[in-house]
Amino acid sequence: MTDRPPYVPPTLVRHRSGLMNKMGVGPVVSSRSSVAGVNVEALVEAYGSPLFIYDEQIIRARYRALHNALVLRYPKVALAWSYKTCYLDAICRLYHQEGALAEVVSGMEYRKARRNGMTPGQIVYNGPHKDDQTLTEALLGGARVHLDHFDELARCERIAEQHGCRPAVSIRLNLETSTLPRWDRFGFNLDNGQARDAVRRLLAGGRLRLTGLHVHLGTFILDVRAFAEATRKVVAFANRLRSERGIVLDTLDLGGGLASRNRLRSQYLPSDQSVPSFAQYAEQLVDGLSALDYPANELPTLVLETGRALIDEAGSLVTTVVANKRLADGRRGMVVDAGVNTLFTAYWYQHQLVPTQPTSEPPEPTMVYGPLCMNIDVVGNNVMLPPMAVGQRMLVTPVGAYNLSQSMQFIELRPAVCLVRPDGTHTLIRRREVLDDLTRAEVIPPWLGGGR
Amino acid sequence: MNDAARLAQLAISPSGFVFDPHTGGTFTVNATGRLILEGVRDGLGLAALTRHLERRFAPGGADLERDVLEYVARLRENGLLPAGFELH
Ligand SMILES: Cc1ncc(COP(=O)(O)O)c(C=O)c1O
Repeated sequence: MTDRPPYVPPTLVRHRSGLMNKMGVGPVVSSRSSVAGVNVEALVEAYGSPLFIYDEQIIRARYRALHNALVLRYPKVALAWSYKTCYLDAICRLYHQEGALAEVVSGMEYRKARRNGMTPGQIVYNGPHKDDQTLTEALLGGARVHLDHFDELARCERIAEQHGCRPAVSIRLNLETSTLPRWDRFGFNLDNGQARDAVRRLLAGGRLRLTGLHVHLGTFILDVRAFAEATRKVVAFANRLRSERGIVLDTLDLGGGLASRNRLRSQYLPSDQSVPSFAQYAEQLVDGLSALDYPANELPTLVLETGRALIDEAGSLVTTVVANKRLADGRRGMVVDAGVNTLFTAYWYQHQLVPTQPTSEPPEPTMVYGPLCMNIDVVGNNVMLPPMAVGQRMLVTPVGAYNLSQSMQFIELRPAVCLVRPDGTHTLIRRREVLDDLTRAEVIPPWLGGGR
Repeated sequence: MNDAARLAQLAISPSGFVFDPHTGGTFTVNATGRLILEGVRDGLGLAALTRHLERRFAPGGADLERDVLEYVARLRENGLLPAGFELH
């Protein structure tokens, strides 16, 4: 009786006007069986499930696209790869190969960047906590240290005094825009005069050289005008520093914050209708720079510390269905082998979830959740999915940004990460964790059976 | 109107489009769903429905009985079966 079609669990979808989109058609579920031209099943066979897959071609293409969009409009541009977005060494090295500097916010990240071949001068050092050892190394080595607060300014002066040098620093600004929530915990406020005080204080100390200004407005900024507004304010400040105090800056660092093609949980419009292009961002960022009162040969370098928008689309997660059930409210529940422990960004985004096998079965709203015994462990809340049998897989995209650096060893160990090359070959860049990875740093005292 | 009369009024198209004239609701069911719904309408019980599915599909390792029971509960929740309906 091999001519019988394979059994598919029964489905029932009630037609509701709310489920129709504006075009008046019902939801369409696609499927996707490959990433970067490589069959997902083959990758899972090689590296297991769940599995993060990075596409090298997209990484390089996005970097080049942003760089090109900027150099088309401004002559001196540098991109600093924001380590926290994904600090796997292989990924960082791809960006460094493309010419990216490193943007770091801790001693750990600083050392990672050094190991990845960055000289101190190629490192942008941000953050409200810079430990003594790293700060000293960075100041003496000529890293681009961005001062976050007055206590740090004073620490830098002490280090300079101890070592008899006069290191270069930038100051981080925060400022108000008409549309964004304020990120005023970081840096010196430009609107209330704190930034001017910082400059006055720095010059009075005489131990540090001010060579740059930095501002990072926030993250996933969909409103391009905010960048124009910020740039104009920073440029006005730079002009005053030059005209009033003769300070010639070599760097204006406008931070990160460009949105990727993702969709916030609160967001109504899909990403292709809401996320600006690199060209649109670049136009706004550079527009404000035209007011810089600098001779052409002394123009400061424009630095961007873009993270999310460079890497998000390059990363996918494969996860496997481990169970189907009916929730009390009648909705279908699907348990998968990756939860918010692995996919931290599921808190913020409505990721795209598509099965890897094509099907003509009708989709129904499905709650997809992970292996944690926690109510918060929701990968997708109301995802239109066809019936999927235990063992079938789905792709979650785009998930390249902030997941590997923020994933937790909570209840489960972390999955493997592989990289697909432009020629279709693939390679492991982080192996699946084993129990020893979790316990290596632990110490069992002798009276509990541990060694001395 | 008794249960059987209401069920008999359901319009079920071969493509899986279901219209409930009682409420005006419309639904889409897949082939498995259609077999179960038609079976229930024709008065089949749990054992007969499961056998019916086994004859029509290659079930692999699926738990057909559980699927049928769950599905009937969903038909009830969606008003396609009366609230007190139970499979015999
Ligand atoms: C100082 C700084 N620079 C750059 C970034 C990268 O931001 P994004 O990933 O939004 O581009 C961050 C992220 O929060 C940051 O804090």
